[in-house]
Amino acid sequence: MALDALLKRCRAWKHRHLLGTKDLSAKDISLVLDVAEELASLKDIAPLKGRRLFNFFVEPSTRTKTSFSLAGRRLGAEIVDFSPASSSLTKGESLKDTARTIESMGVDFTVIRHGASGAPAFLSRLVHSSVINAGDGTNEHPTQALLDLYTMRQRLGKISGLRVALVGDILHSRVARSNLWALQKLGNEVTLVGPSTLVPHDLDAPVSHDFDRALRENDVVMMLRLQLERQQAGLFPSVGEYVHFFGLTRERLATLRNGTIIMHPGPMNRGLEISAEAADSSRSVILNQVTNGVAVRAAVLLLHSQVHA
Amino acid sequence: MILIKNCKPHDLLLDGAVLRKAGKGAEKAEQTVDAKGLVAVPGLVDMHVHFREPGREDKETIATGAAAAIAGGFTSVAVMANSGRVCDDAVGVVYVQAKSREAGGANVFAVGAVTKGLKGEELAELGKMSDAGAVAFSDDGMAITNSELMRRALEYSKMFRKPILAHCEDTALTKNFVMNEGPVSAKLGLRGYPNAAEAAMAARDCYLAALTGGHVHICHVSAKETVDVVRRAKKQGIRVTAEAAPHHLLLTDQTLVNYESKYKMNPPLRTQADVEALIEGVVDGTIDAIASDHAPHTSEEKEQELAACPNGIIGLETTLGVILSIKGIPFERAIDAMTAAPARILGLKGKGTLEEGADADVTLIDPKASWTVDPAAFKSKGRCTPYEKMKLTGRAAHVFVGGRQCS
Repeated sequence: MALDALLKRCRAWKHRHLLGTKDLSAKDISLVLDVAEELASLKDIAPLKGRRLFNFFVEPSTRTKTSFSLAGRRLGAEIVDFSPASSSLTKGESLKDTARTIESMGVDFTVIRHGASGAPAFLSRLVHSSVINAGDGTNEHPTQALLDLYTMRQRLGKISGLRVALVGDILHSRVARSNLWALQKLGNEVTLVGPSTLVPHDLDAPVSHDFDRALRENDVVMMLRLQLERQQAGLFPSVGEYVHFFGLTRERLATLRNGTIIMHPGPMNRGLEISAEAADSSRSVILNQVTNGVAVRAAVLLLHSQVHA
Repeated sequence: MILIKNCKPHDLLLDGAVLRKAGKGAEKAEQTVDAKGLVAVPGLVDMHVHFREPGREDKETIATGAAAAIAGGFTSVAVMANSGRVCDDAVGVVYVQAKSREAGGANVFAVGAVTKGLKGEELAELGKMSDAGAVAFSDDGMAITNSELMRRALEYSKMFRKPILAHCEDTALTKNFVMNEGPVSAKLGLRGYPNAAEAAMAARDCYLAALTGGHVHICHVSAKETVDVVRRAKKQGIRVTAEAAPHHLLLTDQTLVNYESKYKMNPPLRTQADVEALIEGVVDGTIDAIASDHAPHTSEEKEQELAACPNGIIGLETTLGVILSIKGIPFERAIDAMTAAPARILGLKGKGTLEEGADADVTLIDPKASWTVDPAAFKSKGRCTPYEKMKLTGRAAHVFVGGRQCS
């Protein structure tokens, strides 16, 4: 498909901001995946030439920030990077003022990563650019979910009617929430697996504490990063006990049914929630996820560029 | 002398600072107010407000707070102790009273802190504050987590016949909370404050009141379980009273779906089931009083991401309209909960009643007035209200304090 035809297709997108998959329809999600796929085959294009992307990462991140930079550059956009250590945020400037100041310099996309749930929603009421949520607190990380769905579709040939297990610290996971909303909208069956202290029972999804059974019953097993400070907070008794019940060990890897893929949003704790053998096995699509991140984020930028064009 | 005539339930004569039934002597009135279509009620009493002075006059002063009270129909308010300089001694109490007199708006009564500096460690000088005029004691804003200290506070305050106004929150269960804990907080990825953290502390305080014979008043009840706790305690004859805030009687945690700070307060907005249980509690008298928990903050503080912005909204200028707009609370009970009930709890003699010889504090209500909430028109310095642009029915038309017309 030529770029012009693709841009025409992008006009079906009606959202000014991407705050979460919560706000997207099944049609919206399919459009992102399709545009990402088309983009992957187009070379030497610069539809975002003259547009500026503000990489506003208040919370540290390497992969997501780099991924957005690459995605923006691929489409010809100019990237403005922000690092909190050298910024006026540390001098007491409010989130509101920092964002509006940068925007006054002419910015079309504000890609924000922030420790507080809802910070992108707050920002979207204050600025004129398109706000793209790159992860907010324990709320959402929509582009991660979109690239996860893209990877599932790529590997399994479809993105509906799948059985997906999200495993680990669901309570504190924005990746889990974004995946849950997106997968459910497309008609997949999502099970939340983990200890009862880390899996909320009121997320409108079935909960299971039996990881071994989940390994046998799902097409996708997505392992989530376990933060060690949760143990100090009393949410589980010890790392050993956690791995015993919910770690994707070498032994458990052998019990995976044929065709099931292993995913992880990264960064991984090798030897904790996931063993080296599982991470590096032929079932693992973890590096594909990283690769696909650029195409999916480029698609997101392209779609939003057509709304305020 | 002011004659108020043509109002329900009957004409009134304000003889200086004293209220008389209009009858003989009415012809001597220097001023007559035609109150046709209006309802005369005792000057409204809000037993739970925060005015921030001394110390944080940028948020609210006693003068702006007292003016906001008048605008909302309230002739008496009780200010909590957690201003910039904590009101934990007689000097603090006297300061509030002096500033109130100077302001000349509503009567502003001081609530003294239970513990020095609100630290929850040592009792403040409750006796000296009582002598200076404090009407009650409270560490509101902070929970008294030490049960032994709460026990002693209830035992000691009994000596001065003043209640302890309890902010019930088990803070170990509410660390870094932003909203109610439930399906909505799970979906929004926000830290929750479960109902149990309020109800468990309320139950503790009721049992401590039973143990000591002290009077505990449960502030800003928000959870349905807390209503049950208070109802059972009252049946057992425990000296417990309770209040609810208008926002907990109207709004739910669903309002937070867009992460707006005007819906962030402590205790948080709960669910529809809680709202209904609270209304039932107000109607059957389990919840004695309605109080605004008027908590002004600057716009800079509130215009932040949800996790960073402080708890609290203002309420004095919207309470009456909101309460009268809630279906299910009869007018007479609503007025009682904003007059006689708080006056009784705080021991305010001559307030909350239209009896012959009472203080000449009167509010004339236009129950049919329809109006739209406009924060720019507030007398309060605070602007953060969840009711902006909301259409309410019922408003104070005229307010008299100590026989003087204030609005």
